[in-house]
Amino acid sequence: MTIQIEIDGVAVTTEEGGNLVEVAAESGVYVPTLCYLAGKPALGTCRACSVKVDGRVVPACTVTVTEGMRVEVDAPETTDMRKALVEMLFSEGNHNCPSCEKSGRCTLQAVAYELDMMVSRFPYQFPERVQDHASDKIWLERDRCIFCQRCVEFIRDRATGKKIFSISRRGTNARIEIDVELANAMPPEQVREAVDICPVGTIIEKRVGYDDPIGERFYDIESIRDRALERHAE
Amino acid sequence: MTPSDTKSIASHELPATRLDPELAAKRAEKIKVSMISLCGCWGCTLSFLDVDERLLALLDKITILRCSLTDVKRIPERCAIGFIEGGVANEENIHTLQHFRENCDILISVGACAIWGGVPSMRNMVELKDCLSETYVHSPTRVPGAQPVVPFDKEIPILTAKVYPCHEVVKMDYFLPGCPPSADAIFKVFDDLINERPVDLPVSLNQFD
Repeated sequence: MTIQIEIDGVAVTTEEGGNLVEVAAESGVYVPTLCYLAGKPALGTCRACSVKVDGRVVPACTVTVTEGMRVEVDAPETTDMRKALVEMLFSEGNHNCPSCEKSGRCTLQAVAYELDMMVSRFPYQFPERVQDHASDKIWLERDRCIFCQRCVEFIRDRATGKKIFSISRRGTNARIEIDVELANAMPPEQVREAVDICPVGTIIEKRVGYDDPIGERFYDIESIRDRALERHAE
Repeated sequence: MTPSDTKSIASHELPATRLDPELAAKRAEKIKVSMISLCGCWGCTLSFLDVDERLLALLDKITILRCSLTDVKRIPERCAIGFIEGGVANEENIHTLQHFRENCDILISVGACAIWGGVPSMRNMVELKDCLSETYVHSPTRVPGAQPVVPFDKEIPILTAKVYPCHEVVKMDYFLPGCPPSADAIFKVFDDLINERPVDLPVSLNQFD
């Protein structure tokens, strides 16, 4: 069924039951996302896609559009809130872009650019998180993890469906874990899937790296905004 | 730097030829800029040189006072713009940064080190004593049989326990990320400031690496 909603004061006609991030992109409005993956169940962990729906701030990736919905993406305070959330992620971990293998194809970095982030308004924490290099194929750079849980939910052992990645402990002590036995059983394409699904440089494939020179990397070629909007062009 | 017992002469105390009055008058009209690298690698200053031929037009409008390029080691008069590269990693960095804050109208944090500490801040994850011990006492490249010593002298600035971004020490007015920021990004910021436009770095010139 066709419904009408309003995004930033513009009437949008769309199908009922669509995901708000996708509906917004269809009408040319980019909503920055970090944990959200098109076609996968929404996780709603990162909150980077927070928008106002009928006056309430909610993560857009968890919203299914309904008739008459009023959405504000570019309200100044919500825009600043999204930026603050991303700045907080940069403060909480050690996001050393100049030395990170993921730089240039890192979703967190690409989203920060779209939000015009230059510096974090929060004090940088420099947390000490031990890296895990026990797996044969994967470096686990824990201090870059933003706890989006993409890998936890979507990368599972093919034979048993068991989780390969998990989060242990809570709060500031939370850390990403890897089941070394299951990780060693991952076929090469699943390792690459895990690397690609990670929106930061936490899951890094061993023995490869820095393949694309600066200027030719994924988000150098096309920005995350253009990629998100392009999926819905024509 | 900590005061030393040894008699030393600073470069600005050396006798110098007086500037030609005509040239001095011309320079006086220009926008004054001072630049410094705190705990950084001078890469951002090199990136400034990558502005290339656009520097010529830029230098019609600005004059660079304290800077490693001019070899002037103090800010001789009030500046409009202070270009700060590098983070704060020792006592001397703190004093220099405060001196810049007191003598510049606008301070720009240039590059990853100035903005969040950069590569030097990788030592923030370990204790300073462990860091010095790894470098000087237990270094795999230390001279065999030599007495291991952590260098200490009044002339050597005392290290801060952690490396700090500039804006955690003094107020910084603008931030220009990159390692280093591209020449285009540096030029854009200077161009905006000189032409009294609000500084507006487009997404295409914002880069963290």
